[in-house]
Amino acid sequence: MKCYRLFIPYSRWRDAHPIVHSQKYHRRRRVCRLISKTLSKMALSSVLQSESADFSFNNDRSFSFGCRFGQTDLGFGAAPGDRLNFAIKASLGPDDKDGPERKIEFLHGTTTLAFKFQHGVIVAVDSRATAGAYIASQTVKKVIEINPYLLGTMAGGAADCSFWERLLARQCRVYELRNKERISVAAASKLLANMVYQYKGMGLSMGTMVCGWDKRGPGLYYVDSEGNRVCGDLFAVGSGSMYAYGVVDSGLRQDLSVEEACELGRRAIYQATYRDAYSGGQVNLYHVHSEGWTRVSQEDVLKLHHQYQEPKK
Amino acid sequence: MSIYDRAITVFSPDGHLFQVEYAQEAVKKGSTAVGIRGKDIVVLGVEKKSVAKLQEERTVRKICALDEHVCMAFAGLTADARIVINRARVECQSHRLTVEDPVTVEYITRHIATLKQRYTQSNGRRPFGISALIVGFDYDGTPRLYQTDPSGTYHAWKANAIGRSAKTVREFLEKNYTDEAIATDNEAIKLAIKALLEVVQSGGKNIDLAVIRRNQPLKLLESKEIETLVAEIEKEKEDEAEKKKQKKST
Repeated sequence: MKCYRLFIPYSRWRDAHPIVHSQKYHRRRRVCRLISKTLSKMALSSVLQSESADFSFNNDRSFSFGCRFGQTDLGFGAAPGDRLNFAIKASLGPDDKDGPERKIEFLHGTTTLAFKFQHGVIVAVDSRATAGAYIASQTVKKVIEINPYLLGTMAGGAADCSFWERLLARQCRVYELRNKERISVAAASKLLANMVYQYKGMGLSMGTMVCGWDKRGPGLYYVDSEGNRVCGDLFAVGSGSMYAYGVVDSGLRQDLSVEEACELGRRAIYQATYRDAYSGGQVNLYHVHSEGWTRVSQEDVLKLHHQYQEPKK
Repeated sequence: MSIYDRAITVFSPDGHLFQVEYAQEAVKKGSTAVGIRGKDIVVLGVEKKSVAKLQEERTVRKICALDEHVCMAFAGLTADARIVINRARVECQSHRLTVEDPVTVEYITRHIATLKQRYTQSNGRRPFGISALIVGFDYDGTPRLYQTDPSGTYHAWKANAIGRSAKTVREFLEKNYTDEAIATDNEAIKLAIKALLEVVQSGGKNIDLAVIRRNQPLKLLESKEIETLVAEIEKEKEDEAEKKKQKKST
């Protein structure tokens, strides 16, 4: 580029040539948007048309690379490695370069939690949605019921999570019909991870935990839009995850009873909502056991606050 | 009628797909293969075609492993079989990658059958000229035997034969496949050899045998072992004949 030939930083060249810069800049953005639109249309149509649980990949997958160039220039996209630390993408701040993109509601401000114990998996989530400092809703459903024996939690973009998990539900049902047996949690989470991996780098934001019970016992996988897929016994995702980890780590034993485990999950989410501004609303609790999942309770955080603080007085 | 057998995609007026039926004729020309499902063992036996003097014997293998716990034998065009086997092997591994579980025998049979059916419904392609016998154990330990044919259908069997003189062998199996006959592993292997001996000339030299035992990989029996078993069978036959003679004379 011209600025490099003159051995000056890009920012100085940009300030010295406002008109040329703005033309080049907007042209680049138009091209990038056009490409990502075509790529996503092609990729989406191939996912929707895919026969079988896509075990045999067709050869027309050459387009499934991400639109990577210019990502940092254009200012969107989380830094890589962000999701791996379960850290939030802190405030969708007042960056007026990409106005429309930034106003989208993201559920990074959230607390979702899931852990395995001897009687299955407990899934506990809060229900607050924020856009900057504005609380958009206190009654968001962050647990998606994929099918009667699989649950998915929602963190990140609400539309991304619910769309891809509904697509996953469709694939799981097709698998069940074709193979006359339920899909395993490992396979379901792998299908989801493979689906979103095709869109890596295109701006999907999704951090979900796939929980269920299959012939191997309780299953818990964390899948996100960066392409991570991790099996584990305990995950907490969102801005309040650190507070929730503290509570669960101190109270988790393998030999908990169902009620004790539910109470542990409830307490963990409550403590997270107590300290984290971006989590709140109600605590939704689910229990996954060998027969499927059951909705255990939905309690308002304020009510829990009185319940826990009462004995102290 | 012959104008309806040019392109595969065309039905004849009386509802036949002639190319598929001609493919089944090609299968009937192939060398015999027999499969037997025992209780803890599955056995595949094939008739070895005699090779020319200068040809290396081991390069012609009619029994192939698709994965550790599944294998298949075919009858028909060897080249077509090679393609089908390659695709099946890749599918077994893809399944392991995506689902984190080994394939069930039914799944891989269904995949092969779907592949064959696709070739009966595309433009400019002819069907695969092979029938396959697919045997193996599922991860829950159940033994399975499936047969596919060029039209793309598949069925589960307790014992079956394909290829030349398949009818004779199948009739022999129908008479002799009883619960006692497959009670032990050895008995099941002997049943397979007996079935093949019905149609194979010159005895044990022209038989190839493979077994899969539960939780063990595919094992191809060596010619020495086959010879021993054949000798045992002959001896049993003689003993039976002796007993019959004695009964008659008393």
